[in-house]
Amino acid sequence: MSQGFRLKDVGLINRDKKISFKFNERIYYGYEGDTLASALIANGVHLVGRSFKYHRPRGFFGVGVDEPYAVVQLYRNGETEPNIKATEQELFEGLEAKSVNCWPSVNFDIGAINNFLKIFLPAGFYYKTFMWPKSFWYRVYEPFIRKAAGLGVASIKHDKERYEHKYEYCDLLIAGSGPSGLAAAYTAAKNGAKVILAEDKPRFGGSLLTSEVNIGNQSGKDWAEGIITELKEMPNVIVKNRSQIFGYYDHNMLVMSEKISDHLPKTKKYHPNKKLWYIRAKEVLISSGSIERPIVFGNNDTPGVMLSSAAKEYLKVYGVLVGKNPLVFTNNDSGYETAIEFKKNGVDPVVLDSRKNPESEIIDEAKNLGIKIRFSHVVVAAQGYKKVKSADISSISEDKKRLGKIENIKCDCICVSGFWTPTIHLASQSGNKTKFNEDIDAFVPGISKQNETTLGAANGVFSLEETLKTSFEAGNDLSKKITEKEYKVSVPKVVEKKSSQHDKFWCVPLPKGKNYKRFLDFQNDVAVSDIEIALREGYRSIEHVKRYTTLGMATDQGKTSNLNGLQLVSNIENKVVPAVGHTTFRPPYTPVSIGAIVGREVGKHSKPTRKSPMHFWHEKNNAVFVDAGVWLRPRYYKKGNETLFEASKREAKNVRTNVGVCDVTTLGKIDIKGRDAAEFLNRVYTNAWLKLPIGKARYGVMLREDGIVMDDGTTTRISKNHYHMTTTTAQAANVLSHLEYYLQVVWPELNVNVISTTEQWAGAAIAGPKSRDLLQKLFPKNDVSNKGLPFMGYLDGDLFGIKARIFRISFSGELAYEVNVESDNGIFMWQKIMEIGKEFEIQPYGTEALSTLRIEMGHVAGSELDGRTIPYDNSLEGLLSKKKDFIGKRSLSKNAFVAEDRQKIVGVVPIDKKTNIPEGSHLVKDPNAQLPNIKLGYISASCWSVEFDNPFSLAIIKNGKNMIGQKLFAMSPLKNKIIPVEIVSSHYVDPNGERVRS
Amino acid sequence: MLHIKCPHCGMRSQNEFSYGGDASIKRPELNKEISDQDWDNFVYNRKSLRGKHWELWQHLSGCRQWIKVERDTSTHEIFNTLKANEDISS
Ligand SMILES: [Zn+2]
Repeated sequence: MSQGFRLKDVGLINRDKKISFKFNERIYYGYEGDTLASALIANGVHLVGRSFKYHRPRGFFGVGVDEPYAVVQLYRNGETEPNIKATEQELFEGLEAKSVNCWPSVNFDIGAINNFLKIFLPAGFYYKTFMWPKSFWYRVYEPFIRKAAGLGVASIKHDKERYEHKYEYCDLLIAGSGPSGLAAAYTAAKNGAKVILAEDKPRFGGSLLTSEVNIGNQSGKDWAEGIITELKEMPNVIVKNRSQIFGYYDHNMLVMSEKISDHLPKTKKYHPNKKLWYIRAKEVLISSGSIERPIVFGNNDTPGVMLSSAAKEYLKVYGVLVGKNPLVFTNNDSGYETAIEFKKNGVDPVVLDSRKNPESEIIDEAKNLGIKIRFSHVVVAAQGYKKVKSADISSISEDKKRLGKIENIKCDCICVSGFWTPTIHLASQSGNKTKFNEDIDAFVPGISKQNETTLGAANGVFSLEETLKTSFEAGNDLSKKITEKEYKVSVPKVVEKKSSQHDKFWCVPLPKGKNYKRFLDFQNDVAVSDIEIALREGYRSIEHVKRYTTLGMATDQGKTSNLNGLQLVSNIENKVVPAVGHTTFRPPYTPVSIGAIVGREVGKHSKPTRKSPMHFWHEKNNAVFVDAGVWLRPRYYKKGNETLFEASKREAKNVRTNVGVCDVTTLGKIDIKGRDAAEFLNRVYTNAWLKLPIGKARYGVMLREDGIVMDDGTTTRISKNHYHMTTTTAQAANVLSHLEYYLQVVWPELNVNVISTTEQWAGAAIAGPKSRDLLQKLFPKNDVSNKGLPFMGYLDGDLFGIKARIFRISFSGELAYEVNVESDNGIFMWQKIMEIGKEFEIQPYGTEALSTLRIEMGHVAGSELDGRTIPYDNSLEGLLSKKKDFIGKRSLSKNAFVAEDRQKIVGVVPIDKKTNIPEGSHLVKDPNAQLPNIKLGYISASCWSVEFDNPFSLAIIKNGKNMIGQKLFAMSPLKNKIIPVEIVSSHYVDPNGERVRS
Repeated sequence: MLHIKCPHCGMRSQNEFSYGGDASIKRPELNKEISDQDWDNFVYNRKSLRGKHWELWQHLSGCRQWIKVERDTSTHEIFNTLKANEDISS
């Protein structure tokens, strides 16, 4: 199919490069520099989708970010992306796109039946229709909506594209490269300020690309090109196209999404698809321009009805005619610019101007060109279903209330101009309280809240000369504050056509006996009648009207509908627009890919991965790893076809009978130094610390101020004022912050310093009855006998010439030691332990065996210290000093904490000694009791006891101290299990702790 | 994202900091009798202020110092920042 609507030699596209693409399975051709929209229009395609609610045919309405209709599903390089505006998507070789919101096809759409049933689908239809009958929701409504609605389909595949984040600081950030952005960037850059200039379109220049103006002795377009070229060469300036600043956040931080690869068939190697810029700017200049607003009339959503400025841009930038028999409907001079462009390119337009007798240079020019103009005339309704075929037009009375005789004229497009709406989203997001400007019937920024300045059309200034003058000045003034330099530029002579006053007219009345739909929001199908219903039903606040009717809530965020909606509400309510107020603008200004927001923090990059210095040994020895916070820890070392259960049982058994070694590098380690270190520990821990001798370790529990256990671990006195604290892996960071808080904020008088040494030390726990024999061989120069290194003792060891710390502490309940060496020596230590341990039948063990060992010993860990339990609950009340105060002590006397039947830790064994009890199971008296069945307690941890060869669990249960011997049921609705159990002591193995002291 | 002036490091982005609550709360002295009500007030009861408010932040991914920040909770404007040992009233 040829490009029948493409003009010769007009536009900025590259005609040397023809591009083929597919739309709804058909092949078309366009040129490099086209958008999907311009290429489709060049091919005469105007039907691109179906509307959201009534499934009415949809064409193109705008030419860029304001487009409410032409949202397509894009296919690129084997991937698919929904919610793509055809007006923004640049054409590339092999592009494929499909219509959305239609089923089975855009030409024959079953949902269009809604259009005939529309009497049933008025405002609030989501609220009302689907409320009743309830049973219809699953069977009828939901499947129907799912099939027929939506703006595309998200891919369920992993996104192979890469997205990057970048942080940038600048003196002046400029949003928009139209005349004001360019002028301000120019003077600021000349002043030496660090400038970032962002343009959302591929081409710089904004309105200068399409308007017939002269700056100095060149055209506006050439002037823009000159400035951009100069800016690009300056080292203090970053110029970015395809970059949308979509959010203005606190403290002058703005976020910009830069499309790097979307215009290419395939992302280049090592390139990201998009880059998200977090920009902290000293000053922000908003030169985001304005968007033309529609005039509301009957069937104004018919394909072929579009903004007059869009028609002009399709023609001037892409060399494309939106129609060959155009009707221009305007209430201001802008429509004439479009009409003149048509005429100059050999097409005869008809202009309908709602004004009675306007006079201006541009109207004169149109008259001189012989363009047919009809004043005091309006379009009453567009006719045609899938494309405009004609228009019902009429004269209109001066008060705009009465129509004259209706007349039908042939046309193939209707270009509408209802004057201009400044794009104030960024200013509003910054906290600027916008104000209504009566002269232009629109909101403009008011008093700045952050360091933002709005210029040009975005500020309601539509004269180029004034825009340039104020923008050159603003660029100079804003940068002068920062660089203390001055760059005065004399504003070049501007040639532009002076405009006459626009008509405060925005909605054509319905002719008698006609019930045309007059749409306000084109993406969400909100018509004038819907707003009227909402107001009749009592909705008053514009925020409520918005939510009830969904006006302005689609992905275009009401860029073309907001003001007309406000006009309507204020008309009906007999208020003025500023009294109605606009709804809040929130970021993002335009849809942003989730991928860009997530950036590189996906998959294994979603958080850092920490590995111990022995990690590669574990890898080589078939370790299966588990995430422990950000650490990777060996869960078990797989031998042959072993399962997790078999392997962990073997490893745990070997610890109980021989000796095992476990990588405990991940434990938090904090170095504590200072004259008051003992006093500090005495306040932080619940037990007594003032008399701990040098060379001794002690187990301690620390609480939060509310009495809840925060963490536990051992702390060792290395020398007089030097302590080594260990924390659990999970709480390491929190404990350090906690200590710093008390030292810096609460007790600054204490002379103590703390620092994390987690990564400085590699740790190995050696546990089992043969551990001392092994240790003696590892440290032949040290006395590690029960006398030389008693339980909770500490030694500086010599591991074949390497400095080591030896602690006699035990988590497994066996005779056990922990050896620490500097991280770089970790692998040496580990290999020595394995090598020398061979004769003692040593085996490495992972976290699963470690868990088993601690559970059957009744040692508490994270599953019991879960932020809900106090020391008593964990049977740690013996560690509460009565003689001294400590963090959280006062809370322990709370009534609930001292209740007679307070929960407490117990052991749980299944009666059949076979069935594993799922963690999280509830303990109940009667499994058949009426719901809700009262929960007595819950299973916190489960294991297979290697000592007794049967399942064993820990539980925290109400009145725990009196529950031993009781027979209960463990219920897990999740696993669909009911298990008869017996409550036993939590210290299942070695209840008197003889082994650790042996 | 807020921009917070750490008194030790200068202007830094919020993602380097962690929030630490009301800075005007004073921990009761150790080893001193205190009523249930006063202790509850210290542990639990906080005003949810709208407006100017002194709060604690820790420069976690920076100098690790706890600092005091005077911030408007509704506008996020920051008026002043102090070191942990500097007095709010001064
Ligand atoms: Zn700092």
